[in-house]
Parts: sequence; C-alpha cells; structure tokens
Amino acid sequence: MTTMKNLTAILLLLLSPLLAQGQEFQDRMRGAVPLDQTTQPPQIANPDNSDVRRSRNYAMQPPVVPHKIEGYQIDKNANRCMMCHARTRTQESQAPMISVTHFMDRDGNFLAELSPRRYFCLQCHVPQANLTPLVNNRFVDVDTILNQPANQPGNPAPARKK
Amino acid sequence: MKRLIKRYWTILRRPSTHLSLGFLTIGAFIAGILFWGGFNTAMEATNTEAFCTGCHEMRDNVYAELQNTIHFNNRSGVRALCSDCHVPHNWTDKMARKMAASKEVWGKIFGTIDTREKFEEHRLQLANNEWRRLKANNSLECRNCHQFESMDFTKQSKRAVNAHSTQLASGEKTCIDCHKGIAHQLPNMEGVR
Repeated sequence: MTTMKNLTAILLLLLSPLLAQGQEFQDRMRGAVPLDQTTQPPQIANPDNSDVRRSRNYAMQPPVVPHKIEGYQIDKNANRCMMCHARTRTQESQAPMISVTHFMDRDGNFLAELSPRRYFCLQCHVPQANLTPLVNNRFVDVDTILNQPANQPGNPAPARKK
Repeated sequence: MKRLIKRYWTILRRPSTHLSLGFLTIGAFIAGILFWGGFNTAMEATNTEAFCTGCHEMRDNVYAELQNTIHFNNRSGVRALCSDCHVPHNWTDKMARKMAASKEVWGKIFGTIDTREKFEEHRLQLANNEWRRLKANNSLECRNCHQFESMDFTKQSKRAVNAHSTQLASGEKTCIDCHKGIAHQLPNMEGVR
C-alpha cells in the first residue's frame, strides 16, 4: 500500500509541470510580470508616525515601532534607539524602557546594560506601514479562540481548566 | 637696524611732495575696495563645497556621510552646504572660526586624519569640537534655517512636539543636545551624554 502511494506521488510530481501549464501562476510580489523581466519596485512606504502603541498579538510579541526610524544609526559606535529607550533616558524621553529580558545574557544573568545579543533592535522591533499584505494572514488571537462558542464544526472546544 | 626703521619712519611722516592729496585719498579708497573685496572673495571661496571637498579627508569621510542624510538628500531639494553648519554667518565669529581653521590646515599638511583609520580614531574628538561649539552658541547654525518661532507644533509628530514644546522652548536644551549625528555618523558614544 505504501509503495502504491509513493508511486502515485512520484507520478504526480512528474506530471505537475504539464498540469501547471494550464493555469497562470502569479507571484504576489511580482504580479503579472514574466520571470525574465524586471518588475517595477513598489513605492517606498510611508511608515506610521502616530506614536500610538499598538496592542500585541500574543504576550511574547516584541512591540512594534510606532514612529519613523529613518536614518537612525545602529552600529558599533552608536545605537540611536537606546538614546531614548535606555533605562537612564526614559524619564527625559518618556519612551518605554527596554524590557528587563534585554539585560539578561543567555544564561539568565542580569547585566548592567543592554545585552550584546539584544543590541540590534530591528531584528525584532520594526516600524509599521499601512500596506496591503502580500500574503494573507490567518492568525487568530488566542482570546478570540478562547471566547469562541464551543461545538462549532471544525473548532473543537479548547481544553480549559474547570 | 634701528637706523633703518628710523629712516622709513621719516619717509612715512614726510608729507607727499609729488602726489596730490586727492590722488592719495581717492587712490587709497579704491585700493581699499579692491583689497577688501579681494579678501572677502578669497574668504568666501574657502566657504564653497568645492573647496571643502577638495581634500580627500573631507570628501571620503564626512562629505560621503552627509550625502545619505536629510540635509543633502530630501524631497524638496533644499540642502545645506558644509559652511552653512560649520561656519558662523556673523562676521566676527566667522573670522574667529577661520583663524581656528588654521589648525585644520596644519592637520592637512601633517596628515593627522589622512587615512580612514586615523579619521575613525579622531572621530569623537572632531565631533566633540563641533558639539561644544554648537552648544556654546545655542545651536546658532541650526537656527539660521530652523527658526523656533516658525515651528508649527500641530504639524510635528507627537514625539517632536513633546521635546520641542518643553525642553527646547524653555531653553533647557538646544538643538544639538538631541540631534547629534544628524548630518554625519556618530562616533563611539560610550560615555557621551
């Protein structure tokens, strides 16, 4: 039975280019431009600069940046983000302080200042722009799932503590 | 030596016998215009970007860095030249700055920052010179264009309003306190407040 399944899979794989010829495949990023041509790049987005903190989609989500960071220097010499978000600067800047986890090294020891492994802020914290996403997102907030009426088809009731 | 000085002193003191007073006064007036004009033109020539970027120390380091910033490259095309920020507009201050610049000529001749490594080594010192100058004159060169009175807070972002309407308005802080590294890259900021 397994060999039969494998054979079918291989056959389908071999046939797939023939099957795909019928329908036009479109990459969401490239649009209708053929592969051998260069696409027109999209306009540079104007990032959100509203300074309104957005709610996080899950508890551990790194907060996003609600302001412009164009031209901010983050390199060996200087870290522009830390000029406001560092512990010692927050009173003056009224910016949220970097989280306590950012002072920990990977063994969980607390350091005096920002841990080197957290130095490059943009690895996790990114500015936002009002754009149409290229890939649809089916993410559902955990609260939405928990508050869903049980016994819905395809939605088994989540395990809850009684 | 003393005799020589005495001889010229007598010549200078003696009234002119061949040249008329009119020639002397008008001639001196015209010569004055020529010399003063020439002096000013020569000094203005040292304010041009072509002059500043004439040496590789400036062209390859600070000028290259400027080109990525808002003061060189922006939507409306208004831009700042080197001298707009680094040379005071006021005449006496300008003279003082130009005299201080003789040390930069010294640096050029003896190659103080003639390699990228040497420049990086001196970056903090060079930046400190400018920060100190702007701090002392209340960021005058910024304010030559960016007038506080003309800032419309309703058109600024919330962060900008918070900073400008409090600390800048009260004079507690000046432009350079927050806007370091606006036109060139920052040096190692360890220990810099």
